[in-house]
Amino acid sequence: MTTAKTILTVDDSGSLRQMLSFILKDAGYGVIEAVDGNDGLEKARKQTVDLVLTDQNMPGMDGLSFIRALRGMKNYKSVPILMLTTESGDEMKAQGKAAGANGWLVKPFDPARLTEVVRKLIG
Amino acid sequence: MTIDMSQFYQVFFDEADELLAEMEKLLLALDVNAPDSEDLNAIFRSAHSIKGGAATFGFTDITEVTHVLESLLDRIRKGEMALTTEHVDAFLASKDVLAMLMNGHRHGEAIDHDAVQNVSKRLNALSEGGPVAAVSAPAAQQSAPAEKTVPTADADGNFHFRIELPAVPQKDVDALAAELGLMGTLTRDSLPDQRAVFNLVTSESQDTIVAICAFVLDPDALVITAAGPSAPVSAPAYELYEQVPPPASAAAPAPAAKPEPVAAAPAGETKNWGRRATDKEGGNAESSSIRVSVEKVDQLINLVGELVITQAMIDQRISALDPLLHERLMNSANQLARNTRDLQEAVMSIRMMPMDYVFSRFPRMVRDLAGKLGKKVEFVTRGAATELDKGLIERIVDPLTHLVRNSVDHGIEMPDRRRAAGKNESGRLTLSAAHQGGNIVIEVTDDGGGLNRERILAKAKQNGLAVSDTMPDSEVWQLIFAPGFSTAEVVTDVSGRGVGMDVVKRNIAAMGGVVDIRSVPGSGTTISISLPLTLAILDGMLIKVGEEIYILPLGYVVESLQPAPVDVKEIAGQGKVVKVREEYLQLIPLYQIFAIEPKSADPSQGILVILESEGKKAALLVDSLVGQQQVVVKNLESNFRKVAGISGATILGDGGVSLILDVAALLRSSRQLNVDTLCF
Repeated sequence: MTTAKTILTVDDSGSLRQMLSFILKDAGYGVIEAVDGNDGLEKARKQTVDLVLTDQNMPGMDGLSFIRALRGMKNYKSVPILMLTTESGDEMKAQGKAAGANGWLVKPFDPARLTEVVRKLIG
Repeated sequence: MTIDMSQFYQVFFDEADELLAEMEKLLLALDVNAPDSEDLNAIFRSAHSIKGGAATFGFTDITEVTHVLESLLDRIRKGEMALTTEHVDAFLASKDVLAMLMNGHRHGEAIDHDAVQNVSKRLNALSEGGPVAAVSAPAAQQSAPAEKTVPTADADGNFHFRIELPAVPQKDVDALAAELGLMGTLTRDSLPDQRAVFNLVTSESQDTIVAICAFVLDPDALVITAAGPSAPVSAPAYELYEQVPPPASAAAPAPAAKPEPVAAAPAGETKNWGRRATDKEGGNAESSSIRVSVEKVDQLINLVGELVITQAMIDQRISALDPLLHERLMNSANQLARNTRDLQEAVMSIRMMPMDYVFSRFPRMVRDLAGKLGKKVEFVTRGAATELDKGLIERIVDPLTHLVRNSVDHGIEMPDRRRAAGKNESGRLTLSAAHQGGNIVIEVTDDGGGLNRERILAKAKQNGLAVSDTMPDSEVWQLIFAPGFSTAEVVTDVSGRGVGMDVVKRNIAAMGGVVDIRSVPGSGTTISISLPLTLAILDGMLIKVGEEIYILPLGYVVESLQPAPVDVKEIAGQGKVVKVREEYLQLIPLYQIFAIEPKSADPSQGILVILESEGKKAALLVDSLVGQQQVVVKNLESNFRKVAGISGATILGDGGVSLILDVAALLRSSRQLNVDTLCF
């Protein structure tokens, strides 16, 4: 592997963010944390990352709106976006797909599953 | 991959605490008849976030309660169900249960399992209340029919249970597995300590499982947890929608083109990462505040205190120099003095916390108490942003709780009595805080019936307290602080403000504060607490007796004067008194108390400092006044031992040690004058 790939994690829960960072860093990725959709957009603008992991339910801008806004940015047309959600219903899946997400990961997740899916997306 | 989840627990607990507090605040402010949709969303989100975290970190019990709570909230916020006060009550009760469960995980505190069950039952019962009659939206899904146990059924009406068996012989495990297997789908697993675990999907209730297990083992040793349908055993953990861009390395073939559900981790796998929280603090990347232990802050304050003393020493040395020759040194010294003062203020402010820390716990208490008593109380807080030293803020909680409870219990009348008196049915209880000079004034005000002067006087006489019918109101009110008033049952019937008031007063006095009561019959009572902002520094008046310099806390000093010889009288057996503006005050010669040789024992040759505390006044005889300055209080007990009449010590600018007088004790021990004997 050449340079470490960077992942942007967007979640309003500090403990979740911390855990995501821990797992992803442990797997050799660089991590940038954002606390909500707006913060996520700002961080994404500053640095183009290789993968975005976002929570759905957040105060202010929710995950779906965030994904739509992100897809509108020039550098993020094809960056993989993964949604973290507690709802695994078909409706949510369809909405995520329509918004431009590449997939979803159900919370609570197993660390191994997280690294597995991330590896599939960005190696 | 194995990671130690416990390192994230602390952050989760802190976060959940905040979310619960936020949830409670919003719930209490909610207008049941016209709830704000934003507020409902925020409450829902709080429950949702707690659930997410709890599920991630394996706190199954918390996940279960929040799951039911969340589902109900979701239906309400979507307008599928109308909000009622029962909902709010149940939500508040679940908040309490969640806090209890959290403390159970965090500090190993005991869990009231009945309370958990009750709340789940209550929430489930409410979910089954059905949709709003008139409104269109048909309830998305009616929950499980008759069964009202903790877990919620999945789409097929099945419950998912995880059953941890105690250590029992293998044949019993097999027998149970066979028996339980008849109820539904059973999968077997085992814990690290070899105990067996069953995952059971069944339409039967938990009671049935317990009943079956009871044949072979002690049901109390069973740990049965319900896995909510949110984490169904068979659901995929993740899914990718379509062909993903190949990894940059390009060597790896693209993954499957179709959605590819991957075998999920069994529910148990994520749920047993341990229970104990560690002390590790999480660093929040975006957080603008940091957590620092109080010891470190106190150490900092102590060091700044030393710096203040050193600066004062330098000042004193420099003042002896010729200003013309050392002008630049003096300018620098002045600057140092300013910077030191600023630094001191900045450091002291670290210990300051907003009163909201205390106030925020009362809306709930008042609500519950009023509900229990059948009263209507509108609770208002003012000045919640007012700051107070952390050490004091923690100690003010109990006295304030007591006062607020008293006001609701005995101050505010029942609705019918209020109506009869021409008042609004619902009483008003105000809790306020404000800075006044170097003090903070905290007031508990109710618009209730007020104190009953006659009854208090009668009770005081009965208790053998020295009272007269002509006493001013302010002194009569102070009587309720007398220890005798506290336990007598009669008082609760009379004025109601007797219970433990002496304790309240003592606690406040121990913090260097004073309690004052204002009451108007028929229109209410205000109890006012005045506290110093901090105990670490005080404004002192330096006084001299013989060669000794003592410090009087400035708050107690009313005035100082040189008496005319004619105003000083000797009363047989009662020492001397001095007449100050038509008032006779006991004269306390400081040289006698500390057995010092004074410059002069004649009051008219010295200075009298008039002191006042707890409504008592006295005149302290000293040789001279030295000056006034802020002093850093050093605890005498921790460095030496308790000395009667002394509350602490400090280091003066010249490096000498000076003792701070305990004025309140001094006045208490001074003989109080009996006015009647003073006929001149």
